[in-house]
Amino acid sequence: MTPEKFISIEAIAKRYPGASGGEIAVFENLWLSMARGEFGCVIGHSGCGKTTVLNILAGLDEPSDGAVIVDGQAIEGTSLDRAVIFQSHALLPWRTVLGNVAYAVTSKWRDWDRAKVKAHAQTFIDLVGLTGSEHKRPSELSGGMKQRVGIARALSITPKIMLMDEPFSALDALTRGTLQDEVRRICLETGQTAFMITHDVDEAIYLADKIFLMTNGPGAVLAEIVENPLPKDRGRTDLHRHPYYYAVRNHIVDFLVSRSKTFAADVPGHDPRNVPVVKIGVSEPTIVTPPRAVETQSAQTIAR
Amino acid sequence: MNASLRLRAAIVSIALFLAFIGIWHIATRGTGAVATMTPEYAKLMGLTATAGKSAMPGPLDVGAKLWEHLKRPFYDNGPNDKGLGIQLGYSIARVGLGYFLAVIVAIPLGFLIGMSPLINKALDPFIQILKPISPLAWMPLALYTIKDSGLSAIFVIFICSVWPMLLNTAFGVAAVRKEWINVARTLEVGTIRRAFTVILPAAAPTILTGMRISIGIAWLVIVAAEMLVGGTGIGYFVWNEWNNLSITNVIIAILLIGVVGMLLDQVLARFTRMVTFPE
Repeated sequence: MTPEKFISIEAIAKRYPGASGGEIAVFENLWLSMARGEFGCVIGHSGCGKTTVLNILAGLDEPSDGAVIVDGQAIEGTSLDRAVIFQSHALLPWRTVLGNVAYAVTSKWRDWDRAKVKAHAQTFIDLVGLTGSEHKRPSELSGGMKQRVGIARALSITPKIMLMDEPFSALDALTRGTLQDEVRRICLETGQTAFMITHDVDEAIYLADKIFLMTNGPGAVLAEIVENPLPKDRGRTDLHRHPYYYAVRNHIVDFLVSRSKTFAADVPGHDPRNVPVVKIGVSEPTIVTPPRAVETQSAQTIAR
Repeated sequence: MNASLRLRAAIVSIALFLAFIGIWHIATRGTGAVATMTPEYAKLMGLTATAGKSAMPGPLDVGAKLWEHLKRPFYDNGPNDKGLGIQLGYSIARVGLGYFLAVIVAIPLGFLIGMSPLINKALDPFIQILKPISPLAWMPLALYTIKDSGLSAIFVIFICSVWPMLLNTAFGVAAVRKEWINVARTLEVGTIRRAFTVILPAAAPTILTGMRISIGIAWLVIVAAEMLVGGTGIGYFVWNEWNNLSITNVIIAILLIGVVGMLLDQVLARFTRMVTFPE
């Protein structure tokens, strides 16, 4: 684990007014950090506030408390540095594939002329394998192709971070697999920092360097960070042959099935700032508590 | 299957039309009962009394008269005798002008209402009260303040077409999918550009539907308005021919009002299809 914190979520909370007065906290005092070029996946049950965390990171939502620091700066609102790939692809149906990507490109580089915008957009359309479909409208595309356009649109603005909210959950298994391959390839090639929400354990194991496990809401906490023990050059098809695969998968599934409900009672002294990192070996997973050096680092980051 | 359905529907339509014409023809063939009278007295009476002809024109009378009108649509023999083309032209021009003014007012205002919950709430009571008022109820007030019957008719068209457009625009703008707004937000698109590149295209089908409702209402109202203000227009023509007791011309006018109304609706329907994109 590198000490650098490219993304640092610091003590954020989200509270909503309750039905009978008072406030209901979806989560409180949540800390999470990621290094540059890392791929992070959040797994948790519905209602644990995963999407809220992503929306706060995107700037679409504001935390009730706390701050998010990206690349040394506290974020304020949305930014072209943080691209979002939406679950429902969110393409503009009145624009063509090229038009949708070009819309993002012109939003970032307002003084570019038409030809330059087109060439730039075309590069990313080619990258996601949609060459030849530039002039189709979203209604003429399959679900997988639509999401490819969503990915091209997000990548085309060359963001510092890519945020994905269950991007493949609406797709069939086969399409999902191919798109996972594409995303992994692109992220490895470009060194893209990515933050993704998913329900799919295998998707997380295939894509992520770090898997963040969240307990059930309301009052959800980040329970553990699982470091992916699989090698960088892992392939989707032989993932399950890796000796560590079942260890890491069982650990996550166990967490989702039982420990996510009882975590708060089981671990009374859980420190949200020092979330245990799980390193998985061939035998039993071991929990390593990190040294308490977080405080000084985050202070430095803010100062910078 | 689809083509055969269309064909069968066309056959039924034609059969219904022929049946209607047939019944109309039979019903207006003549009364038969003719009283004997001196030739001098007969000259004073109409054809109904002397020849037993029906007082209601039959389809052949209407057809012949219609052909006559279609041959000379733009003649002008003074204030009370103008071609149907001229009369319809006046009506369409009035509707067009009033409707255009309504578009200019309703769409920007609707945008404002749709985007700002404050304005929405603040204007709501006014809209709720003004909307159900019959447009013709404004006529005396318009005549009194504008002091021009032609402009008053245009004002009445304006006031009747403004509401459906206003409400539909406001609704369409307020109901733009949150994700599309979020796309614009994550791309740091400014308010003005967002309004034109995301909200307007997204709300366009709803806005056009409002415009389509409006043009229908405007065409309904213009006939009544022209009956009141007089002078020119298809509504005036209907009333004038009623005063002339020319039922044939009244029927022809009714037919043409229907045809023009349909054409206006079709034009707007086509525009609506042009801006509607399936997802």
